[in-house]
Amino acid sequence: MQNLIDQYQTVSKNNVKTWFKVGKTDDFPVNSGACIKYKTKQVAVFNFTVNNKWYACQNLCPHKMEMVLSLGLIGDKEGIPKVACPLHKKNFSLEDGSNINGDDLKIAIYPVKIENENVYIGFED
Amino acid sequence: MKKIIVVGNGMVGYKFCEKFINLTKDNAFKLIVFGEEPRPAYDRVHLSEFFENRNAKALEMAPIEWYESNNIDLITNTRVVSIHNSSKTIETIHGETYEYDYLVLATGSSAFVPPIKGVEKDGVFVYRTIEDLEDTLAYAETLKKNKNGIIKAAVLGGGLLGLEAAKAVKDMGFEPHVVEFAPKLMPRQLDSRGSKVLKEKIESLGIHVHLSKATNKILGEDFITGMEFGEYDKINVDMLVISAGIRPRDELAKTCNLETGTRGGITVNNKMQTSDPNIYAIGEVALYNEMIYGLVAPGYEMAEVAVNQIIGNEDAVMGEDIDMSTKLKLIGVDVASYGEPFMPVEKGYSIIYENKTKNLYKRINISHDGKKLLGGILIGDASDYNMFHQIYLNSLPIPEDAEELILGSRGKEGSSLGSVMDIPDAAQVCSCESITKGDICSAITEGGCNNLGDVITKTKATSGCGGCKPMVVDLVNETLKSMGKSVKVTLCEHFNYNRQELYDLIKVNKVENYNEALSLFGKGFGCEICKPTIASIFASINMETANKQVAIQDTNDRFLANIQRNGTYSVVPRIPGGEITPDKLITIGQIGKKYDLYTKITGGQRIDLFGAQLHELPKIWKELIDAGFESGHAYGKSLRTVKSCVGSTWCRYGMHESVTFAIEIENRYRGLRSPHKFKGGVSGCIRECAEARGKDFGLIAVEGGWNLYICGNGGATPRHAVLFAEQLDNETAIKYLDRFLMFYIRTAGPLVRTAPWLDKLDGGLEYVKEVVIEDSLGIAEQLEQEMQELVDKYQCEWKQAIEDPNMKKRFKHFINSEDTDDSLVFVPMRGQKMPKPW
Ligand SMILES: Cc1cc2nc3c(=O)[nH]c(=O)nc-3n(C[C@H](O)[C@H](O)[C@H](O)COP(=O)(O)OP(=O)(O)OC[C@H]3O[C@@H](n4cnc5c(N)ncnc54)[C@H](O)[C@@H]3O)c2cc1C
Ligand code: SF4
Ligand code: SF4
Ligand code: FES
Repeated sequence: MQNLIDQYQTVSKNNVKTWFKVGKTDDFPVNSGACIKYKTKQVAVFNFTVNNKWYACQNLCPHKMEMVLSLGLIGDKEGIPKVACPLHKKNFSLEDGSNINGDDLKIAIYPVKIENENVYIGFED
Repeated sequence: MKKIIVVGNGMVGYKFCEKFINLTKDNAFKLIVFGEEPRPAYDRVHLSEFFENRNAKALEMAPIEWYESNNIDLITNTRVVSIHNSSKTIETIHGETYEYDYLVLATGSSAFVPPIKGVEKDGVFVYRTIEDLEDTLAYAETLKKNKNGIIKAAVLGGGLLGLEAAKAVKDMGFEPHVVEFAPKLMPRQLDSRGSKVLKEKIESLGIHVHLSKATNKILGEDFITGMEFGEYDKINVDMLVISAGIRPRDELAKTCNLETGTRGGITVNNKMQTSDPNIYAIGEVALYNEMIYGLVAPGYEMAEVAVNQIIGNEDAVMGEDIDMSTKLKLIGVDVASYGEPFMPVEKGYSIIYENKTKNLYKRINISHDGKKLLGGILIGDASDYNMFHQIYLNSLPIPEDAEELILGSRGKEGSSLGSVMDIPDAAQVCSCESITKGDICSAITEGGCNNLGDVITKTKATSGCGGCKPMVVDLVNETLKSMGKSVKVTLCEHFNYNRQELYDLIKVNKVENYNEALSLFGKGFGCEICKPTIASIFASINMETANKQVAIQDTNDRFLANIQRNGTYSVVPRIPGGEITPDKLITIGQIGKKYDLYTKITGGQRIDLFGAQLHELPKIWKELIDAGFESGHAYGKSLRTVKSCVGSTWCRYGMHESVTFAIEIENRYRGLRSPHKFKGGVSGCIRECAEARGKDFGLIAVEGGWNLYICGNGGATPRHAVLFAEQLDNETAIKYLDRFLMFYIRTAGPLVRTAPWLDKLDGGLEYVKEVVIEDSLGIAEQLEQEMQELVDKYQCEWKQAIEDPNMKKRFKHFINSEDTDDSLVFVPMRGQKMPKPW
């Protein structure tokens, strides 16, 4: 189990080696999430239309190690964009991956780039 | 340090301790309390609730730790057997002796058992302690197991307590019989005419009443089989509860020659002192003004007087007049009497209003000069009791034409009783806890309380018999209003409204979707609380399915399936009433096999198929729908199932067709979304095999129709549904259900099930009855109409989802790949599979 989570590390825009194209903007649902596959990784991608921003994070919930975060409801906590895990409603910030309502759990965050209606996620590998 | 010994840890003995702790701050005294019962003091007034929930803990006046933390030595399970006042000691049943400086006797009373031949037989019980109730319940269980057909249970005594006991045995499912020696019910509180009205009302509840009956023998060998009144006058009964009055437990007085009354009770003066000045007696054992007062309120007052006397506040003495007003706390029967219920002509005159068709009787007794209310009786509708009681207690002015008091109050508007705010600040509102109107209002104006709960915690008002609750609620609301305060529960940080307000806003403004609602009434991006709540509101207003605004649905609703621990889903087709053909069963079996799903019967009489992956859901549902199934909405906050027993079509006890009716109801409300999930049940007779009373609504077949119960649930805090209406035909049952459910859907908070909704609702069950049955708000027709619209608009959302390629698109694990989730790991279990444990 541990190695499952080890492959997810936050990537900052500056360190991106590969901008991986995951689809057209139209392929993604608005104001909710969808999951994409990159090599062995599963990444959740969210399209917030209220502030016109896209976010991406690991699909794996660090609480019980299930591939579920893309299925969660999204929103904000005092302005910080977040996703709520569908299993036990743990809230994670989509800006820095921290667990907003408790614990020291953390998720990995990935940069998203939109160009010509294409959606790209940035990876270090 | 002086020692105070309290003998008896009942309601009044406990109150003595509580007042003592509140009034003394130093350590000048040490309290030692002996109780004969195995547990610390509990609320005897609400003893009948034990039948409902079997929860002795819930009745406790204070937990055992309370005594410890207040440095009170509580010694339970220990009877005090004698007092030696020469040496100032007492002796316990275990042979130990203790010294005292002051002795307080709070030994209460025991149930009076008349010396009838055969009372010692099995199956004869009294109604006083938790142990009595446990014995009664255990006997009732064996009766139910061993006896077919109707079981009859009698209650000896038609007073306040007897009627409460009769209701309790009725709730056990027995045929109740009340046997009273006097020619009328509640002889001490009611006049003959009022008693007659009450008798009719009681009989209409299915309780048989036998008046003017002197029981001379209990029939049967080892256990009771009947009661004999005269040679040819008997009834057969299987159980008897005796409630024929109380006898003060004054036996300790005799061990040290304290003065007692000829008919029992330890004589006390207005300081609560017995004939030995170091010994006090309080509560139901105390004979004050040559009377025993069988109510808590006077007992509490005595406790306070005794505490004050002992700590040296000599001015605190018992008043001359003791208020004996009472309200019967039976569900379904309103009875109250206050002040002087019977009126001798030399004191004043009476005004009587009686309506036979409605079982209504009201009597007021007015002084000759027409200025004062001296007492009265209310039967059938006691909603004005608290106000009458206050007018009587405080001699408040009454209208010139006194009859307006009862006639004017018939309509809701034209009440001539005045407002609660008119009563003087010094008026005692809660007599059990001696709380005045001023105490309640100042708890808000000065004490920082913001709602009813705060006020109750701070003042303890309503925590005794609870009879003052309606008035306390009014006082709290009026006071909050007068301060311009309203307490607000808002949905979440994004909406400054509660669910009901949002429901109205969305409906009135014809808002079309969540984003519109957010921009009109909210702020931010929303969250996992407001999105599903508002999704549910849209569904309740427009019957829109979860396919319309996918992004705001909870994950379960978004994929029309229940997400399981490993992120796979379960599939539950609707099986209305739990009835299924062999062919359909085979289809489910085949689908389960084909997709390798773990299969289990649910608690709601249907079949759950677990372990489906997202992309498999539409395929599985296509096959189910083709075979004639539809969505079971097991994933939604909506109607789940209507469970049924097999009923009269097969069962030899069945009275009506419970399955047929359950199917009709389930099909009527299928897909109906609500603040929380809700379930129904229909049983074919009172044996209740469908467990309908564990549901949000339950129907139980009885002679002449269905009894409708509402607001029950299983789960973490189980609740029995309460009786709402009796002997309804199918059509009326559905009509009431429509109104009740719609009213709940409109007014409940998010994720509040029917039972807690009812708890929080001002006015409670009675209020729901008024709205649903009597249409007091004039909205019944509207509620029915709204429900009918929702019923007409129903469509299976799975059918909708698989027929529309756009909607179907979401059932896919990856956007950018046809791969499926390879992180899923299953392990085998008893011939099926399960997710690998966490
Ligand atoms: C079913 C029911 C419903 C009621 N409803 C109402 C109502 O609606 N309104 C109302 O005002 N009143 C009501 N009452 C009456 C009310 O409960 C009593 O007035 C009240 O409980 C009296 O309190 P008490 O402390 O004097 O006596 P109790 O509560 O009887 O307490 C006396 C305690 O002393 C113990 N004891 C006795 N002798 C000894 C000894 N020698 N040594 C040690 N311990 C001893 C007993 O075991 C008992 O625990 C109701 C009573 C019952 C049974
Ligand atoms: S509840 Fe239903 S199944 Fe049970 S005995 Fe009655 S009719 Fe028969
Ligand atoms: S009782 Fe608990 S473990 Fe069982 S199904 Fe319900 S939530 Fe799951
Ligand atoms: S698995 Fe995500 S919160 Fe528990």
